[in-house]
Amino acid sequence: MSDRIFGVVGIILSIGFAISAFAIQESFLSDAVGPKAFPLIIATILGLSSAVIALRPDPEPVWPAFGRLVEVGASVVVMLLYAQLLPELGFVISTAFAAAYLSWRLGSSVIGSILTGVGTSVGIYAVFHLILGLSLARGPFGF
Amino acid sequence: MELLANLGDGFVIALTWQNIGLALLGCFLGTVMGALPGLGPSNGVAILIPLAFTLGLGATPSLILLTSVYYGAMYGGRISSILLNIPGDEPAMMTCLDGYPMAKKGMAGEALSLSGIASFVGAFLATWGLILLAPQLVKIALLFGPAEYFALFALAFMTLGGVSSTNQAKSAFAAALGLGLAMIGVDTQTGVPRFTFGEVHLYDGLDFLVAIVGLFALSEVFIFLETRHGEASGSGRKLEIGRLTPPWAMIKQCTPTMLRTSFLGFLAGVLPGAGASLGSFISYSMEKRLVDKEGTFGTGDPRGVAAPEAGNNAAAGGALVPMLALGVPGSGTTAVLLAVLLSLNITPGPLLFTQNPDVVWGLIAALFIANFMLLAMNIPMVGLFTRLLLIPPRILMPIVAMVSFVGIYGISGSTFDLMVMIAFGVMGWVLRKFDVPLVPIILGTLLGNAMENNLRRAITIDNGDWFTLIDSPLALFLWAIAIIGFILPLIIGAKVKKGMHERRDEEGAISD
Repeated sequence: MSDRIFGVVGIILSIGFAISAFAIQESFLSDAVGPKAFPLIIATILGLSSAVIALRPDPEPVWPAFGRLVEVGASVVVMLLYAQLLPELGFVISTAFAAAYLSWRLGSSVIGSILTGVGTSVGIYAVFHLILGLSLARGPFGF
Repeated sequence: MELLANLGDGFVIALTWQNIGLALLGCFLGTVMGALPGLGPSNGVAILIPLAFTLGLGATPSLILLTSVYYGAMYGGRISSILLNIPGDEPAMMTCLDGYPMAKKGMAGEALSLSGIASFVGAFLATWGLILLAPQLVKIALLFGPAEYFALFALAFMTLGGVSSTNQAKSAFAAALGLGLAMIGVDTQTGVPRFTFGEVHLYDGLDFLVAIVGLFALSEVFIFLETRHGEASGSGRKLEIGRLTPPWAMIKQCTPTMLRTSFLGFLAGVLPGAGASLGSFISYSMEKRLVDKEGTFGTGDPRGVAAPEAGNNAAAGGALVPMLALGVPGSGTTAVLLAVLLSLNITPGPLLFTQNPDVVWGLIAALFIANFMLLAMNIPMVGLFTRLLLIPPRILMPIVAMVSFVGIYGISGSTFDLMVMIAFGVMGWVLRKFDVPLVPIILGTLLGNAMENNLRRAITIDNGDWFTLIDSPLALFLWAIAIIGFILPLIIGAKVKKGMHERRDEEGAISD
């Protein structure tokens, strides 16, 4: 069943891709093929392969329980927050939080995850910024 | 003798303190990444690419660092196969079959050192193979016009699913998805924006490094979160190593095996769509058929350890041949290495050998140097790496995630790129659940624009005649291989895959 849904989503994707390909504005100076042809070929392959996936599904993949999906979803949210907050809070603080969260969710104790978070953040800062001179995001405190 | 002169020049380039240091660092990191389950060669190289750039390394030093990682990961994979019965990366799967039984018999040290020697033999011979074969391939490639190149790209995509692929529809889906992603951005020939939906950040197209790091490294983090696999695979087990030198008789017994499988592995590496996993699989199966008269394979036969290791390291070298000579990689990790070249503004392919001989020969010389370093690292110092197996993923995975973020942020300093990377991470996780291969997606985003340009060039040259694509015998030949390569797995794929994956662990599912 999963593969059938996947195939249908793929077909919708290919139709969407084809529609946006048709919507590409042609330039008045164009080569013989133009900017639309290759995307349309791709859309065709995408659609055909999705149809085959939908019609001949593989055995069902093992989906995690609902709780684990929430887990993955939560970590995605944390990473998105991290990406947004990085320029605001600076590298060391935001990285310490994000790494501590991930480590905690992978089963570290609270103290262990705080140590991992701070260690990762300070360690990366020391190696990449202080030694190798890579510019990392600067927060209000300059690190 | 031009060859030796070129090689000599290469050594001059490679033998600077900086390059030797980078090779050493790469070998060490590569072995670590290969040894740790969950971080394979493609992951390892993917994480390090952005760092190599942000550090401002030039073309040759970056390549030396990253190919050392690649070779190192091929060596490192065997360590956890032998000690824990868990392959450190996919090509090391076959090493479990005899390596772990040897370790159980108390011969872990012998198995590790023997497989180290076998890796060395495989990689060493394959590097010679690369030197001899790549220039010949370049001569053929110089005959290629745009139509032939288009056919060659099609061949790469159609065979990339590999002989072991069971579902060609999913390989095709992945390739089309990658090509579709490559279309985003301003069209290089007419200057009109495509699929940008008014988002200014997309006018430049998606940065394929962002896609690679997201698809490979972040999706791995999600897999670990999903299974909540936070404990070290090595914890609670005694890692007894024992003596670290194999008896002379054992090496002697294995020498013919190593030579045969190096050759076979190299071939598997050069051929499109095979790669290192298949190299080790073919090597093991052939040796089993050829020399296993007493039925000792699978119970801790040293030849069963030497065969897949020589095979997969030789395949790793072989896979560099089409990548360097044609610009079309045949495996996952070489696809990632191609990304390095492209980002450095070096176009791989036949012209690379004439325009950037310093890059090519410096790289080849570095491979030789790296190989000797790896041999030295992997025999006396193997104890150090076994201790690293005790690092639990709950500490390792946050580090992987954060280093990925640092690398991508370092290139562009843009939050938008980080968001795109996270999106690719989620996409990679979902696609891996569906058993959709990720390598064709990467290759699609890498080669999409080149493929389209060749198509348009070929047709424009022939005044809009699409039949020009199948006009020359060379193009027809390439199309024929492409079609055979696509159809063959439908017939024999299921059987090969079953043999290969009988004992595969769920982790490290990114195949090479």
